[in-house]
Amino acid sequence: MKKGILSLVALICLNCSDDDTTGYQPTSMPLEIPQIFSNNIIPPVIPNDNPQTIEGVALGKRLFFDKILSADGTQACASCHSPQTGFTDNTATSDGIDGVFGTRNSMPLFNLAWNYSERFNWDGKALSLEQQAEEPVENPIELHSDWNEVIQRLKNHPEYPELFRRAFETSTITKELTTKAIAQFERTLISANSKFDRYSLGQATLTEQEINGLDIFLREDKGDCFHCHGNPNNPLWTDNDFHNNGLDSVFTDLGLGAVTGDPNDNGKFRSPSLRNLAYTSPYMHDGRFATLDEVIDHYSEGLQNSPTIDPLMKKINEGGVQLATQEKADLKAFLLSLSDPSFINNLDFQD
Amino acid sequence: MTKRNLLRLCIVLCLCACDSDDSGSNNTSQTSPTFIFTHNWDGSQVSNADFNSFQFTTANGESISIERLRYVISDITFRTNNGEVLNTDFYNLVDVTNNDGLNFTLARTIPAGNYANVSFTFGLDNEDNSQNYLDLNSASFNVPDMLGGGYHYMQFDGKFINSNIEEQGFNYHAIRAVDNPGTNPTFPQDTFFTVNLGPVNIAAVTEIEVEMNIAQWFKEPNLWDLNVYNQMLMPNSTAQILIYENGQNVFSLGEVSQ
Repeated sequence: MKKGILSLVALICLNCSDDDTTGYQPTSMPLEIPQIFSNNIIPPVIPNDNPQTIEGVALGKRLFFDKILSADGTQACASCHSPQTGFTDNTATSDGIDGVFGTRNSMPLFNLAWNYSERFNWDGKALSLEQQAEEPVENPIELHSDWNEVIQRLKNHPEYPELFRRAFETSTITKELTTKAIAQFERTLISANSKFDRYSLGQATLTEQEINGLDIFLREDKGDCFHCHGNPNNPLWTDNDFHNNGLDSVFTDLGLGAVTGDPNDNGKFRSPSLRNLAYTSPYMHDGRFATLDEVIDHYSEGLQNSPTIDPLMKKINEGGVQLATQEKADLKAFLLSLSDPSFINNLDFQD
Repeated sequence: MTKRNLLRLCIVLCLCACDSDDSGSNNTSQTSPTFIFTHNWDGSQVSNADFNSFQFTTANGESISIERLRYVISDITFRTNNGEVLNTDFYNLVDVTNNDGLNFTLARTIPAGNYANVSFTFGLDNEDNSQNYLDLNSASFNVPDMLGGGYHYMQFDGKFINSNIEEQGFNYHAIRAVDNPGTNPTFPQDTFFTVNLGPVNIAAVTEIEVEMNIAQWFKEPNLWDLNVYNQMLMPNSTAQILIYENGQNVFSLGEVSQ
């Protein structure tokens, strides 16, 4: 596919001048909205100033996997957001090009265009997907680069100037266009083909244990997971909102509170989607839980009280909702039915 | 939301076509009134800026903080002085937490004039509650199928100081009262209700304030003890009926500006 696009670009290039294109327009590439989404939730958010195009997505994909964005050419976005692990990695926190580990778990990337509030990262600091793509490039414990130097490297590259021209009708490479392209690619990362999706569409059957697990997930007097993590009618399996889910009684990371400056937001982090949990361990904003069993144990008997704990958390004095061993196993089985192997194996999403 | 029936359509068309006597006014122009939803605690204005602090005291004496408040209203209805009823088939999610949906302009026009009563449904009636609303799904406002499905009428979350002088969460969630949760739930009684705002004169440009006295949810006819009813109220039909009863006087007509 990549070779095909490059050939097409080269062919068209023969007929173009060095200046911006005349009469050329990138080819529109609307997102293919899965039936389980169109049946249940409102359309995705696509910025008016960054429509999806074939050329933009192709450029974004190449940039996403290209180590040219890092200062020493050793890491790319994909280094911490690998397709095989649901576009996260398997360490609690991630190390950047200097071998320094950060404090947050790399967030999985999928269904990002359906984050209607458009607050990204665990703490909601990035107010658009384009803005989110800016920060890791210069973060000293991530790609530790400099945008001016990145732009210069892209300008000096034998292929990127033409790829930008085809994507954005200009040969002027900028940070803004670079992040726009990455955001376009990221919006194509759609996961909607789990066993549970097929069950919802009448194409698969759940086991009795998975059905029991769904019941525990939805029962307010059992797991009560659905108030924050979606339900069969909200197949994102997240509310994309911010909650203190009782991880700590004293915060070492203020989360949303550090962004808003409001102490009422201290200890709040964005609810992650429960899709693809089979691939995205470890869990929580700091990757403290290595297994799904530990996550369930946390909500069952590990809650820590604090002034900002979400009032949706129940039985805090008892440590949580007190699930029986079998109930935990059933809940886990249901949660794993939300994983989508076709997503991590999709060649369109791989280098 | 589905259209109810042809009869209602005929009434609407009649209202649009008839002379001023039908609406009790000399003005037959068409208008789309805006409803402004405001909130107070026994008269003191409440907005999301007042959330997350223990500054309210219930009638039972419990100090509470509000952390999340959102609810659905639907089926705004206008009754003329002649007793004719003009139904609208819209709904609106009022999200106080995020300051969203507090102003709702009717997405259709009605004849201007004096109306004997303007009313709406708190929540969704059973027919509407069985529909699939993509925006409410996207807002995660659903009620699980084993509890009858459909949607929350209200999600009101916060904390109170319990009898042990400790902060404790409450989830005052209003839904359709349900018994026997599971594959065949039963419904002891309807718990959506009609809010009558009374007579309203609607001019070419009209804003109708709808006030919610939040304190009323805890006040009467059922003095609400948060130590008894605080969480897991959705599968508790007794609690749902108490919420329904207390909701009857929560809403009132505020200012009507033209």
